[in-house]
Amino acid sequence: MAGLTAAQSLREEGWDGPITVAGAEPHVPYDRPPLSKQVLAEDWDAQRIAFWPEGLALKLDVELLLGRRAVSLDAAAHRVRLADGEQLEYDRLVIATGAHARSLPNVPELDGVHLLRSLDDALALRADLARASRLVVVGGGFIGAEVASSARARGLEVVVVEALELPLVRVLGRRMAAACARLHMESGVVLRCGDGVSAIEGGGRVEAVRLRDGTAVDADAVVIGIGCAPTTAWLDGSGVHVEDGIVCDAHGATSQPGVYAAGDVARWHNDFLGATARVEHWTNAVEQGRAVAQAIVHGDGATRFESVPYFWSDQHGVKLQLAGVPHPDDEVHVVENDESARKLVALYARDGMLTGVLGFGRAGAVARMRQMLQRRATLQEALEAASKPTAPKLLRVSTH
Amino acid sequence: MKVSVDRKKCLGYATCVIEAPDVFEMDDDENVSYVILENPPEEMRPRLDRAVHLCPTRAIAIED
Repeated sequence: MAGLTAAQSLREEGWDGPITVAGAEPHVPYDRPPLSKQVLAEDWDAQRIAFWPEGLALKLDVELLLGRRAVSLDAAAHRVRLADGEQLEYDRLVIATGAHARSLPNVPELDGVHLLRSLDDALALRADLARASRLVVVGGGFIGAEVASSARARGLEVVVVEALELPLVRVLGRRMAAACARLHMESGVVLRCGDGVSAIEGGGRVEAVRLRDGTAVDADAVVIGIGCAPTTAWLDGSGVHVEDGIVCDAHGATSQPGVYAAGDVARWHNDFLGATARVEHWTNAVEQGRAVAQAIVHGDGATRFESVPYFWSDQHGVKLQLAGVPHPDDEVHVVENDESARKLVALYARDGMLTGVLGFGRAGAVARMRQMLQRRATLQEALEAASKPTAPKLLRVSTH
Repeated sequence: MKVSVDRKKCLGYATCVIEAPDVFEMDDDENVSYVILENPPEEMRPRLDRAVHLCPTRAIAIED
């Protein structure tokens, strides 16, 4: 995503030199967010999630090398080696190798045990969901929650095993994590919280997930959804500085001249956060892809990266959005809560400053609060804005 | 310049409202976005191009 956005943006910024995009996956470039949602629950096919329409590469004059994994970088010689031995020379390199799903240690080779990251992963999982009756999801994060939701929509019994006291508690804090847990329970998902997995058991096919307390949770399909790690092993020895992601300045430049990184693999300095951060959101990949193209074309004249992290998740028919990076111990102010309509807006704050906003089915409200975050609004300003009706906005004349 | 949102494609992620709140607004009941400034001035084009890029369902079109 970040790589292709960078390629397209380079053309828009007027870069007229040759551009080559090499990717490990054999498929036409596709969007990942639907993999745990519509692809699993609604049988969307590969074509529906493709995001570079047929012919765009030709129109943009971008050479697409699909199914061609990068295996090493010689930064001094400005060369990338691909798995088939071919060497690509570059003047500028954008690394957008993304992240890969983490697994548990010592998982035996059993049918029915899945990770979810790629289109192939999603199609294999979907084929299994079509014949399974009881799914165990290990990990109650956003991917785990979406898989649980999609499997429920297909009529499976679903158990989510979460090591912490509540899913998402380290992201949303206890009160809002409980609100998310309620969505699971209302949809018939069973939550098993506060215990880790000691083993995945079966013979040929998976039969159960064994918890540390000794309980066995029956399963004929298992998804391990415990997060992602940046795909940087191929850079070992390249001199590119990696520290849980490729460390980049506020223009996406790495420690090696002419080498940039963007998306899930990168740890950019973000002026909004005043720190470096690795952000695994779709919008982040698009924003950094554009920003890196501007940095390549305009050099230090490009705008520094300052972005409020924003993402969405679809769970049990509720569209959830989170903007900002709240700390789980931040104050929570629920400014709207309609439990029957499953609509909610909660503001997070620390030291009188707005730090984040969470919404269920209130994308517009979250979008407006994200702007307030960008402006570094106080909690008081955010509460006042939240209490105002939005209708007058429709009459406002643009001043931009 | 004329801006439009394809309501059949839109899934209500509101990335357009984030990018250009003076052009797009959310209908949170229907969970789709709609255009409140159909013919925005030319100087808004960079932000509107960003809104087109940032739409995960590619529901936004700009005609000259």
